[in-house]
Amino acid sequence: MIAEAGLAALWLAAALAFLQLALVWFGLTTDKPDLLSAVRPTAVMQGVLTALSFALLVTLFLRSDMSVALVASNSHSAKPWLYKFAGTWGNHEGSMLLWVMVMGIAGAAVALFERALRRDTHMATLGAQAMISLGFYAFLLFSSNPFARANPAPPDGQGLNPLLQDPGLAFHPPTLYLGYVGLSVAFSFAVGALLTRNVDATFARAMRPWVLAAWILLTLGITAGSYWAYYELGWGGWWFWDPVENASLMPWLAATALLHSVTVLATRDALRAWTIMLAVVAFSMSMVGTFLVRSGILTSVHAFAVDPERGTFILGLLALYIGGALALFGLRIGTVREGAQFELVSRETMLVVNNLLLSVILGLVLIGTLYPLMTEAFGHKVSVGPPYFDRIAGPVALVLVMFMAAGPLTRWRKDQAQAVAGRMIVPIAVLLLALAAVSVLAWGRIGLLPFLGLVIAAGVAVGSLAPLWKRNLRRTPLFTYGMVIAHLGCAVSLAGMAADSAFTVEKLVAARPGETVTTAGWTLRFDGISTVAGDNWTALQADMQVSRRGGDPIAIHPQARFFTSPPTNTTEAALLTRWDGQLYVVLGQEAGEGRWQIRIWWKPLVTLIWLGGMMIALGGALALLGRERRGWIQKLRRRPAIVAAA
Amino acid sequence: MTVRGLIALILLVLATPLVAQTALPPAPYADRQLDDPRLEAKARDLMLTIRCLTCQSQSIADSNASMAGDMRSQIRERIAAGEEPEAIRTWLIDRYGDWVSYEPTAAPILWPLWAAPVLLLGLGFVLMRGRIRRRKGKV
Repeated sequence: MIAEAGLAALWLAAALAFLQLALVWFGLTTDKPDLLSAVRPTAVMQGVLTALSFALLVTLFLRSDMSVALVASNSHSAKPWLYKFAGTWGNHEGSMLLWVMVMGIAGAAVALFERALRRDTHMATLGAQAMISLGFYAFLLFSSNPFARANPAPPDGQGLNPLLQDPGLAFHPPTLYLGYVGLSVAFSFAVGALLTRNVDATFARAMRPWVLAAWILLTLGITAGSYWAYYELGWGGWWFWDPVENASLMPWLAATALLHSVTVLATRDALRAWTIMLAVVAFSMSMVGTFLVRSGILTSVHAFAVDPERGTFILGLLALYIGGALALFGLRIGTVREGAQFELVSRETMLVVNNLLLSVILGLVLIGTLYPLMTEAFGHKVSVGPPYFDRIAGPVALVLVMFMAAGPLTRWRKDQAQAVAGRMIVPIAVLLLALAAVSVLAWGRIGLLPFLGLVIAAGVAVGSLAPLWKRNLRRTPLFTYGMVIAHLGCAVSLAGMAADSAFTVEKLVAARPGETVTTAGWTLRFDGISTVAGDNWTALQADMQVSRRGGDPIAIHPQARFFTSPPTNTTEAALLTRWDGQLYVVLGQEAGEGRWQIRIWWKPLVTLIWLGGMMIALGGALALLGRERRGWIQKLRRRPAIVAAA
Repeated sequence: MTVRGLIALILLVLATPLVAQTALPPAPYADRQLDDPRLEAKARDLMLTIRCLTCQSQSIADSNASMAGDMRSQIRERIAAGEEPEAIRTWLIDRYGDWVSYEPTAAPILWPLWAAPVLLLGLGFVLMRGRIRRRKGKV
């Protein structure tokens, strides 16, 4: 019954989306404005129903109801409850239902909380949101029904991919999906604004918090995913330029550009057409990413043929929505005036350069990800991977972060080049000092890109803090702090990336119990192998003692786990975090004669990568809070005046 | 027995040595570094740009797959024997096709990729310059 109720809720939600679209359409085109008053309740109800449907699927997973095909093929009764719960979205159908639920809730939130937007634009936005949702409802109901029954029901399930059996699964996909789908709101705003010919600074101020919220969640989701891959895969890599990772990076790049251009539009009423375009591109990238991941086309063009129905369906949705939005853009953009003008040396130009470089990186990642697909279509299999992306996107990103430091030190409207240079004396001095220091310490021993990364990170870190100098820190607005922290986070993250690739020490050994290994200031004593068992796995565990430069020994226990359903081996690395880096120890295979493979890495400052990512998200959160709080305060001040006037 | 069944049987018999191979102990240098750190660094730089053929989007430098281990061992042994990394890459490409190399300079079909950043930056620059000049003209 639960499964049927879930499916019914989904159908009802889809019907409401259709109703919502119809109400907006007839409400805006005929002179029956009463129709529009029903739009908001419809959107809220739609959100409630999708949430209900999702909650019912979670219930089925928690109960291990094997009569539901999805549960049977992706869960197992012996799993810990956390993975039964998180396993709900560790598969195709469940993750698409999560997508649809987030979209429904986002629509409800726009209906409930959006107050700054002009009414007709608000309604058109909700209509666009219903239009997008309809496509994904259709996809779910017609080709990916999560509630289908298995007949006959198997005695137990096939289990969840053990690589996914990690607390990371509970956090990473939902955050990322909130971000992806949050960008659908920006997309709907853009469509709504084009339809009602309402692109101006007020519109931008209304759109900004939604963009910011989606961007924060994307940032968190990517950061969490990177750390998860780092500790789970057991080789110390944190970014592989894997197409699935690129699929999450592309919306982030577009959203970052959008975030900055929407600020130009909100502050100076410039970059109107460009901001609308970016809002369309950002969600388009989310959908392209979903298509690439969900269709299976990434592993091979031929995997696409395994399930052509789903792939074709998403491809159709992509063509419909992206094509439709671009066509609307082409039709209406002629009526959108360019907006305010600006000078060459100004904050506006800085932000245009930011947008230009982010778009170039986005273009490069997109081309690099799709290129193997194109050549394979012509019968030539090639790989585009880290060597290309590092060398191509790396330098552009380094230039970008330098502009990031200069931007906030440049005034809006018009500034003098000399004055800007004057404000940057200290960051430039630090950059030169770092250049000298890193040259002396490491010249010739590290690659050019990590070398430049370290030097630029130092200069940019100081430059990011520069907007706070000579200011009254207590009167500085919260969103300025947000910007400073986010920019500083970029420098911190860059420093971590550069330090990791420049200074990581790797040691691979085959050791007998009782032997001692020394590397990078650490002494590791291998005491022996024991066996341990968990809920649904058994493991070989290495018992080791590590000490640093003669300090107290610490016990660590890297494991090689064996999962029974489905049968898979995973490695559980032992991580020891110190302020200046992380020790990463993995137990490998038996090497014969009583020896065991042990892999040891000392990774200086590697944790800065994810610390920086969290700072970027925190900065975004402070900016969001700061802007919203200012809005509330203004509203509160206005209210007594209204009361008095009455 | 049908023809298809017969072929399957022959394939099965022929495949047995392959199956038996996976039961062998891992290749000697799969997880053992070369003693000379400079040679090891050379080998590692190459390994980072060679694709693990049985994994999804991983280089052989960070994969648990037994085939990746064999390839690591091959590379270390060849580097130790004095072969140049690019010669080893060519040898690998001859055996496994362009797909095995992440190095985008390796195949002519990848050369257009290097034009992409120049074209994109150029396009962006032209768009931007046109805008600012036009804006100045209006003022």
